[in-house]
Amino acid sequence: MSTATNVRQNVGSASATQRMNFGKSFGWFAVRGALLFFIILWTVPVIGLLVSSVRDKDQLLASGWWSALTTTTQTATNGTATAEAQVEVADEWVIEGNIFPEGRSGTVNLIGFSALRAPDIPVGSEPVETRDGFLMVMQENGDYRMTSPEPFPEDMRAQQVTFTADFPPRFTFDNYEEVIDAAGIGDAFINTMIVAVPATIIPIALAAFASYAFAWMKFPGRLLLLITVVGLLVVPLQLSLLPILKLYNSFDLRGTFPGMWLAHTGFGLPLAIFLLYNYMSQLPRDIIESAQIDGASHFEIFVRLILPLSVPALAAFTILQFLWVWNDFLVATVFLGTTSGEQVLTMNINQLNGSRGEEWHIMTSAAFVSMIVPLLVFFALQRYFVRGLTAGSVKGG
Amino acid sequence: MTEILNAGVFVTIGVGAMLLYFYGTNWILETALADQVSPDGTVTKSYTNLKRRIRPWLFIAPALIFLGVYLLYPAAATFYFSFFNADSSEFIGLENYEWAVGNDGFRQAVLNNVLWIIVVPFSSTALGLLIAVLADRVRWESLAKALIFMPMAISMVSASIIWNFVYDINPPGTTQIGILNATIEAVGLEPVSWLSESPINNFMLMIILIWIQTGFAMVILSSAVKAVPEETIEASRIDGANDVEIFFRIMIPQIYSTIAVVMTTILITTLKVYDIVAVMTTGQFDTEVLANFMFRWMFRGTGDDGKAAVIAVTIMIATIPFLYWNVRRFYREEQLR
Repeated sequence: MSTATNVRQNVGSASATQRMNFGKSFGWFAVRGALLFFIILWTVPVIGLLVSSVRDKDQLLASGWWSALTTTTQTATNGTATAEAQVEVADEWVIEGNIFPEGRSGTVNLIGFSALRAPDIPVGSEPVETRDGFLMVMQENGDYRMTSPEPFPEDMRAQQVTFTADFPPRFTFDNYEEVIDAAGIGDAFINTMIVAVPATIIPIALAAFASYAFAWMKFPGRLLLLITVVGLLVVPLQLSLLPILKLYNSFDLRGTFPGMWLAHTGFGLPLAIFLLYNYMSQLPRDIIESAQIDGASHFEIFVRLILPLSVPALAAFTILQFLWVWNDFLVATVFLGTTSGEQVLTMNINQLNGSRGEEWHIMTSAAFVSMIVPLLVFFALQRYFVRGLTAGSVKGG
Repeated sequence: MTEILNAGVFVTIGVGAMLLYFYGTNWILETALADQVSPDGTVTKSYTNLKRRIRPWLFIAPALIFLGVYLLYPAAATFYFSFFNADSSEFIGLENYEWAVGNDGFRQAVLNNVLWIIVVPFSSTALGLLIAVLADRVRWESLAKALIFMPMAISMVSASIIWNFVYDINPPGTTQIGILNATIEAVGLEPVSWLSESPINNFMLMIILIWIQTGFAMVILSSAVKAVPEETIEASRIDGANDVEIFFRIMIPQIYSTIAVVMTTILITTLKVYDIVAVMTTGQFDTEVLANFMFRWMFRGTGDDGKAAVIAVTIMIATIPFLYWNVRRFYREEQLR
């Protein structure tokens, strides 16, 4: 029995009836404990990515994502205000402000005025001398008061303060804003959509007609062609890359979206035909024969009868092919080329990984953006996705 | 925005052209080969048979053209290129094959590929089966299965980033933000550079594919496990078999063919693994595999098509047994139809 038929019969009846007593001696807890262990093992990496993508980018590097809810102690540097902010208060010139960057707050522990040395002056009421010799009093909440007996010079520089502070946890969508705009993930998202939609529609339409012909028409060479299709399911994509690349170079199709659509159509067709053929060939013979007796041509039978009946198989393949194209990296890298401005998400993420791989706020949010659509499709249409995948299990990626 | 518009226009044209082809050829067939009817209403000449012979070809022609151009012709052409020099201008016989046999990089890639296909299919299938059996016994089965299956939906590139973060290393003495090294340090060990230390880095890459493929194995094996008849299990229990015996002696033999299908499917995927290696290590630190090695030869400098072709042919040769097995299985089913 093929996996295809196997699955079709079993997916529906997959109820959690505990018809087997198998495993009773392992104990109730052992089974659940083991299962829970695997689930944690499987989901923790994804949770780590998700949590990290919304953390403050400095905190992300200062502590592990599992401690995202605790206060982090970090060392930061920021400049004071300059002479424009000074006011005269009783024989003294004063500049006041808060040393935390815009939108941030925390508790300052130690301060210093050299970028080369770790801050070592405790925060308190005693004034300390800044680099340019002004007197500064720093409060725990970051409020500082800098004084001078003379007016602050017009050309004074902002006094750089290095400080160690406890930062409360901060969550933000800044990382997403940054990757979508600056890192080009927004454009790549649109490009991926532009590649994926036609690359799903075209093969399914072509395969539907071909599958019907294979399933319900007689013609010489039918079985041989069908077997060729099944054989092509297993043929590695690598075998096609070189000659198609040469073809694309001579027809100027490299680096174009139509080139991608056609390539994904070609590579997706064997699975499409295989899935749809398996489904259509198992539709009851009576329906087709009685329609023929009524004088319907094959074309009419296909459009009016078989297509509507094949919706489950069409849906399964649509989801499978869409996700396959969305997630594809190899075909895109070879046929779009890495320098073009038409990068898809996987290429863009790989490139970011090469240039900014240690900037985890970029990598985590970029990866999550690319996962949103597959995850939505997966959770919304899980049944069809599973059915398609299992039925086409011979293809294997 | 204009790109979306362009794409929309192209899709409309493309889909329109497809519909025009199928409806158009059908109309031509029906009009050109319409029955000839004499004035008294009797059919004098009917082309029904001729139409029946032509129509299948109209249905399958577009698909066949695509299969030919994108799969059949390239397969033949790749074999052909493998006997030619870098820019395919000169026939050099078996030179590329001789190069491959003596090349350290190629040997490394083959060795690693062998390691991958030993470890990944077996581990994924074993874990998938174990989880399927465990999940079968709890009421929240579908939730548990969905969570294990989820990695199958995301791209291998995203998966690689996820695991890159798990494997992240900072210098000893500083805070570890990669969960694996943080755990290692918590139990008092030195952090490990998981991706650059050979041979452990190979296994670290394999874990990613196992993480992805286990869900696939689980889903298929789960329905196979559920299909094992209750009677056989009950009968052996009455005979005094314990659960472990039942699992290995009764269940495994009954789902053996499904296990074989799952394993070969994962094996074929593993054989072609590219994304994970390309993203995580680009084949450095002794992690090269054939698919990535081929990619590098395609684009290194001006590229060497002959050598790239030999590597592609090597991957193809490794899949031939499964191709044969697959075709034979299908052929037998067709005979039964």
